[in-house]
Amino acid sequence: MASAPLVQDSTFSIDEFLAQERGKDLLRFSTAGSVDDGKSTLIGRLLYDSQSIYDDQVRSIEGKGTTAPGQIDFALLTDGLRAEREQGITIDVAYRYFSTARRKFIIADTPGHEQYTRNMATGASTADAAVVLIDARKGVLPQSRRHAYIVSLLGVRHILVAVNKMDLIDFNPEIFRAIELEFGALLSQIGVHTGTRVEPVFVPVCALAGDNVVHRSDTMPWYSGPPLLQLLESLPSAIDTRSSGFRFPVQRVVRPDSNFRGFAGQIVSGAIRSGDTITVLPSGRSAKVTRIVTYDGDLDQAHVPLSVTLALDQELDISRGDLLVASDRPATVTRRCKAALVWMGRAPLELNRRYLLKHTSQTVPAVIAFLDHRVDLGSLEHRPVETLGMNDIGVATIELFRPIALDRYAEHRNTGAIILIDPESNSTVAAGMVTEVFTGETAMPVAGPVSAAERIARWGHRGGILTLSGPSEFIDRVERSLFVTNIVTIRCVEAEEAQWASRHGLLALLATPSETASLRARANDQEVALDSGDPAQVVASVRQLLSRAGITVPQTEAGS
Amino acid sequence: MTTVVREPSRSTPPSSADQRLSHLRLLEAESIHILREVAAEFAKPVMLYSIGKDSSVMLRLAQKAFYPAPIPFPLLHIDTGFKFAEMLTFRDQTARSVGAELLVWRNEPAIAAGTNPMVLDTKRCCGLLKTQALLDALSHYGFDAALGGARRDEEKSRAKERIYSFRDTAGQWDPKNQRPELWNLFNARIHPGESIRVFPLSNWTEMDVWQYIHEEKISVVDLYFAKERPMYVRGDILLPIEQAFVARFGERPQLVKSRLRSLGCSPCTGAIRSDADSLPAIIAELLSFRSSERANRVIDHDQEGSMELKKREGYF
Repeated sequence: MASAPLVQDSTFSIDEFLAQERGKDLLRFSTAGSVDDGKSTLIGRLLYDSQSIYDDQVRSIEGKGTTAPGQIDFALLTDGLRAEREQGITIDVAYRYFSTARRKFIIADTPGHEQYTRNMATGASTADAAVVLIDARKGVLPQSRRHAYIVSLLGVRHILVAVNKMDLIDFNPEIFRAIELEFGALLSQIGVHTGTRVEPVFVPVCALAGDNVVHRSDTMPWYSGPPLLQLLESLPSAIDTRSSGFRFPVQRVVRPDSNFRGFAGQIVSGAIRSGDTITVLPSGRSAKVTRIVTYDGDLDQAHVPLSVTLALDQELDISRGDLLVASDRPATVTRRCKAALVWMGRAPLELNRRYLLKHTSQTVPAVIAFLDHRVDLGSLEHRPVETLGMNDIGVATIELFRPIALDRYAEHRNTGAIILIDPESNSTVAAGMVTEVFTGETAMPVAGPVSAAERIARWGHRGGILTLSGPSEFIDRVERSLFVTNIVTIRCVEAEEAQWASRHGLLALLATPSETASLRARANDQEVALDSGDPAQVVASVRQLLSRAGITVPQTEAGS
Repeated sequence: MTTVVREPSRSTPPSSADQRLSHLRLLEAESIHILREVAAEFAKPVMLYSIGKDSSVMLRLAQKAFYPAPIPFPLLHIDTGFKFAEMLTFRDQTARSVGAELLVWRNEPAIAAGTNPMVLDTKRCCGLLKTQALLDALSHYGFDAALGGARRDEEKSRAKERIYSFRDTAGQWDPKNQRPELWNLFNARIHPGESIRVFPLSNWTEMDVWQYIHEEKISVVDLYFAKERPMYVRGDILLPIEQAFVARFGERPQLVKSRLRSLGCSPCTGAIRSDADSLPAIIAELLSFRSSERANRVIDHDQEGSMELKKREGYF
């Protein structure tokens, strides 16, 4: 389906063509929008002008659309479902393919309305880049904000902003520049929020006429950059994780006979050489790679994203779900993490309900112990909430029923991604990006007539341990001050005792009195030194610490 | 247990660490991941083997996915009774050389009743000989996952299909209520009686499939290569002489240099005029095409959205 003119050229050589094809890589990008913002027209243009649509496909929709006679209604080409064509809306993600001489492209084309946030996240999950459409007449709409936020949340760095319908504003560069300024500022704000630095490029286009889509247009001489397709061709493909730590989730143990035992999987990060030492997680045992087996022969080395089979020098107990990692750069084995969730279920999120968490090649029961906040995509503010409904985005603390090896999503897209499945309906209810991995002893929820959420709501905090060291007089004063401001601690002497209290939702105060040391406070791996000369400042710092450590809930913060 | 017999490796080894992977290697790695997930997560998976080019690629990917072990699931061919004789010979040879178990299922009552697309319309004929046969076979053997070689670039309702396509207890697809599918985390959970159709070639295009066949030297049915074949010529349509009943009164076959672009049932698959008698020639010809590969199939365009309707009823 590539360019037809190649073949008409008498010098065309199939061997040269095939050689060129071998060097072609792949770029996946997502787009979002509704029918009226010109997204379908833009995609139609990319496909049509790069000669990726066949005549019979164009014939099948000619004269059926709502555009002027003689024009093709590209929306009919892209909206594949009857309900979509009948209602003139896009319901679900559609995947489209086209190819240029340099690159093969996969478009995840998603609907842009708020009720389809989950579809946008689905499309962005596998994308290397995103094309965000802005109608030049309307400027930055909530829909463009939402799309930008979601692609950034899903770890997509490259955003191409196509400012469309430039013809309807007389190709005015001032309006284009104003949009560039406004949206550019918003994108940097979003990047700070999601932790993914977004790199936008702006292009003024007129999709209907094809200006600056595939070919440069002389209608906008003030724009000196390349057309959209050329930008897509020059973006770096897939985030390069060859230099990151090796990650290999085991999919299957391969045992054709008693002479061979190998572990089949796909390298999702980094590279491996024969002879390298790997560590198996969560067991923590190590072995050397003796062979990298493929159907096409053994390899000396392999890197992301190849699917291979590894043989090791030792008979370790390894099964599906285990993660093989570079011994010097392992993942964290944990039973608790924080994750940004995009809620997709019809039923709202239920705290302390048993969900199934799928991570790489394993599925583990899990509960959402605590909901930190919901993100308001309009204002980017965090709002304290009790639950998430369909298409809501929020941050939650998840407790797992057994330990697994996790990474932060920002560092490892594959081993930091999770989905939640409802064990009764079997539907996928959430997509999650791990933002924090907690180490150390983790509380298991205790079942009973009072849920952990109710306890948190009553007490204003979840279970935790606050460690204070320093002169006992100051420790007593801090405890007293916390008490009068409604933060009730349980004084514990032994660490085990404190862990027990924490597991049951209480806030344990583990004091280490020392008359010579200065006053320090610690909670969940966070630590602060306190200036004992200013009692009011000491209490404020401890409160901040408890909030940063995720122990106190936002309501308490609001009250302070 | 025997390991799979295979020819010595001829394809180029994957690139060294400083080279980018070509799109075919990326697609291959993705498909192998999917095939392994299916084998690991379902109790009783099966691979639909339709003998065509896409099935041939899927079969090679399955060999690669499980090497050096054999393919851990059987192949299932839904035989409508109207497949080309060359296809059936090729099917049996391939299953033998790969060392895979081959199951063949036919809707015998419908075939015995003389079902054909002339007596019925193509829609009802397909419904009985393909869709019904497939559903019967899946429930007869109790398969909970069926791998198919369909690609999203084939048709616009397929463009919306997930890689794991959930089907209810009647085998039906609900396009408006599909499971979200993020990253490569597939939700394989089903209740008894429900099933998942899995499409490991979802992201491949027709061009990718031919290039892969060429690079990997995968054998395909000879009907794909141009040669002088007897055809009934009706305007642009070339109809192969395979079943006597397709002939119109007084119609005589002519020898035409032709080939099939996609393989289906002989009464419903038109051939194309072509000189492409090698894989590079087929790829060169593909570059010049201005019609999609299903344009010569009678079954897709009898109604706008007909593929979606068939899929809702349980078709692949």
